[in-house]
Amino acid sequence: MDLDLSEEQRLLKNGVERLMREHYSFEDRRKYRTEKLGFSEAMWMRYAELGLLGLPFAEVHGGLGAGAVETMIVMEAFGKALILEPYFATVVLAGGVLRHGATEAQNSKLVPAIAEGRMKLAFAYAEPQSRYDLFDVETEAKRDGEGWVLNGTKGLVLHGDAADKIIVSARTAGGAREKVGIGLFLVDANAPGLMRRAYPTQDGLRAAEITLQNVRIGGADVIGDPAGAFPIISRVADEAIAALCAEAVGCFAEMHAITVNYLKTRKQFGTTIGSFQVLQHRAVDMFVELEQSCSMATYATMMAGERDVTERERALSAAKAQIGQSSKALGRQAIQLHGGIGMTMEYSIGHYFKHVTMIDASFGDTDHHLQRLASLGGLFGDQAIQR
Amino acid sequence: MDLNFTADELAFRDEVRTFCRSAIPPDIREKLIAGRHPSKDDKVRWTRILAQKGWAVPHWPIEYGGKGWTPVQQYIFGEEVSQTPAPEPAGSGINLVGPVIYTFGNEAQKKYFLPRIVNVDDWWCEGFSEPGAGSDLASLKTRAVRNGDHYIVNGQKIWTSLAQYSNWIFCLVRTDPDAKKQRGISFLLIDLKSPGVTVRPIQLFDGYPEVCEVFFDDVQVPVDNLVGEENRGWDYAKFVLGNGRVTIACVGLSKERIRRIKELALRTRVGGERLIDKADFRKKIAAVEVQLKALEMTQLRVVANQSKLEKGTQDPASSILKIKGSEIQQATAELLMDVIGPYALPYQSEEEFQRGEPAIGPDWAGPIAPAYFNGRKVPIYSGSDEIQKNIIAKVVLGL
Ligand SMILES: Cc1cc2nc3c(=O)[nH]c(=O)nc-3n(C[C@H](O)[C@H](O)[C@H](O)COP(=O)(O)OP(=O)(O)OC[C@H]3O[C@@H](n4cnc5c(N)ncnc54)[C@H](O)[C@@H]3O)c2cc1C
Ligand SMILES: Cc1cc2nc3c(=O)[nH]c(=O)nc-3n(C[C@H](O)[C@H](O)[C@H](O)COP(=O)(O)OP(=O)(O)OC[C@H]3O[C@@H](n4cnc5c(N)ncnc54)[C@H](O)[C@@H]3O)c2cc1C
Repeated sequence: MDLDLSEEQRLLKNGVERLMREHYSFEDRRKYRTEKLGFSEAMWMRYAELGLLGLPFAEVHGGLGAGAVETMIVMEAFGKALILEPYFATVVLAGGVLRHGATEAQNSKLVPAIAEGRMKLAFAYAEPQSRYDLFDVETEAKRDGEGWVLNGTKGLVLHGDAADKIIVSARTAGGAREKVGIGLFLVDANAPGLMRRAYPTQDGLRAAEITLQNVRIGGADVIGDPAGAFPIISRVADEAIAALCAEAVGCFAEMHAITVNYLKTRKQFGTTIGSFQVLQHRAVDMFVELEQSCSMATYATMMAGERDVTERERALSAAKAQIGQSSKALGRQAIQLHGGIGMTMEYSIGHYFKHVTMIDASFGDTDHHLQRLASLGGLFGDQAIQR
Repeated sequence: MDLNFTADELAFRDEVRTFCRSAIPPDIREKLIAGRHPSKDDKVRWTRILAQKGWAVPHWPIEYGGKGWTPVQQYIFGEEVSQTPAPEPAGSGINLVGPVIYTFGNEAQKKYFLPRIVNVDDWWCEGFSEPGAGSDLASLKTRAVRNGDHYIVNGQKIWTSLAQYSNWIFCLVRTDPDAKKQRGISFLLIDLKSPGVTVRPIQLFDGYPEVCEVFFDDVQVPVDNLVGEENRGWDYAKFVLGNGRVTIACVGLSKERIRRIKELALRTRVGGERLIDKADFRKKIAAVEVQLKALEMTQLRVVANQSKLEKGTQDPASSILKIKGSEIQQATAELLMDVIGPYALPYQSEEEFQRGEPAIGPDWAGPIAPAYFNGRKVPIYSGSDEIQKNIIAKVVLGL
């Protein structure tokens, strides 16, 4: 067992944190949000320069061949700065699909473009009715000679408006909620028949509802087995959960630091409010949530690549449940301890709270994951049943 | 970064597991699985079994019988013992006073007491708290007045765990009433068989006489039994309270509890269905498992960090182990109450168990409610939750 970062990982951490320090104050963020796509193109190119956009891809395809730990490092730093750019959508989600499903030819065409910052991707896995069930896919893909024709509606496509290409899950066979019969298709965002309704999300990011009307794609743009891509989706989702947990921990750390700092400076009744024991204890409660979440984000990172699918799903569900419950417990106090100022758009704390709340509502909330964990038999006690 | 144990660590784990499983006397193991308190004799037997293997005090320095294990190995050892399940080795001697003696004691004290602790020839208890000095320990009043080669001790201790089974007590006593609170305190080892000592057990509300009052009436204690310097006792007390923070989370114990909960829920039928098959019950268990896994990871982070910290400093994360650990212990005790349901009601004393009286209701029901009641102690002792939070707020958060 070894919970240390390697020398290279430490360098990466320092590099990203420096970039955020220099270019991502809360004030900077406010400016970036007013740009055309709702984030900073200049920052995107900086990520490319630092190698972050190619981080998890294989070196032969122009990536850096890094793993889950590196993604954790980057996402945590991004969480602290509350970044707006589509890193998660492009590199973690769509990038994950490419890593686990794309062919040599597909990867060698797409990965260099992503790594160099020339191409953004989105992953349209959800539908209006699907809630957190990734297999609940009604969008259809029908054979059309060499290619395919797609029809249906995809919802909540994170950064769907900024994407140059969108990876769409669609059903080629089977019933509406079956795990078999799902394929993945790489669709050009400008393809005829593809319509995007773009909107801001609660936490200041961007997303789109996407309708597909007889959208035609070529045979070369299928990713993986057109009737058997669900294992790719579920694997990517578990990696995404690990990344989101790390991002949330970055948010929590910042929320905690901002709050403790506020307690030390705000004066009422002739003294700093941090001298009131009831507030001290709540700050400690926040600290407990932060540490427990940090532990689970680490656990999620280590288990994201686990080969035993049941073990992997148990672990990732446990981690996501912890993060979800902490975002409520820690977030509630972060706002409360600020009093009125915590309620304003002007002040940062509410923005963190909104983002972690949206993380809870992505890829399964606490309730969903406790249920999944419970139905998989839980974390401890397989041996019990045998004793 | 790698969460997996190395091949060596795995081999070590298997060695510990195999040994514990085969060496634990079955009656003790069954008692612990059922959730009953191990007796003094159970603890002595088990500690001696460990002593014979050379594992009674693995965390001590090698010269006094320690094993020189890495923090990870020590962690694995603790986990395996509590998941056997086996009792914690005789606690107060091995974990509390032993380290004080080898760190601050003189050669004669080390030579006499340490081997006797390892072999459990002595049974120690901790005499810190007093009626007027609980959380505010430094306000303690028990007096020790020097008279030639002896101290004359007068006063009272309370909440002294298992003092009725002990023959030695380590006490904080006031040797300088004029000095500032913390300054005039000394650390004294007292033979409980000395004339003038009275031990009176107190029953806790679950029925278990776990703690005692200990009265000192002109008790003569040889000056040789002073540990370290006179009036420096507060430093040694802080050392005691700061020790063993890694095991305080009781992760192994809680894992074992969860196994027990699942095992019993498998045998329990509710509304024609096995309790374990009820989705809402499973979800309740899962919620506790998540917290426990997080705590286990927190503990591993602390363990992994241990070797890198300067001596005397603590990982901030370690400060949450007791608070969170006790919360989880309450939660598992509550789940067991859910499992037992109405047959939580009958009360059967330990004596009835000993006499072999038949159980009332399911044979596993008896200890569940008492364990739930007894568990309320955890957030009170060893620094209450509130005191822990005061300390974290001050030391870690700088408030
Ligand atoms: C939506 C909204 C509408 C409002 N409308 C009005 C209005 O119409 N008219 C108006 O006059 N005001 C209004 N207020 C102001 C509101 O009354 C104040 O926000 C409130 O009194 C708290 O003061 P504060 O914001 O300065 O926080 P602070 O007093 O700085 O408190 C910060 C934190 O410290 C805690 N705290 C402070 N003192 C103590 C203590 N002694 N012991 C323990 N904890 C303590 C607080 O509970 C809080 O958690 C409004 C506020 C909001 C958010
Ligand atoms: C089962 C059991 C075994 C024990 N074994 C031993 C033993 O072997 N040896 C020994 O010396 N002692 C032992 N103790 C004593 C234990 O350490 C004390 O009970 C503990 O220190 C609390 O002291 P108290 O009971 O006097 O409560 P008090 O200190 O009177 O506390 C009462 C309440 O007030 C809270 N409180 C106190 N001060 C503050 C503060 N500053 N801020 C906020 N809240 C505060 C406490 O958290 C608690 O909730 C044991 C106790 C129990 C229950």
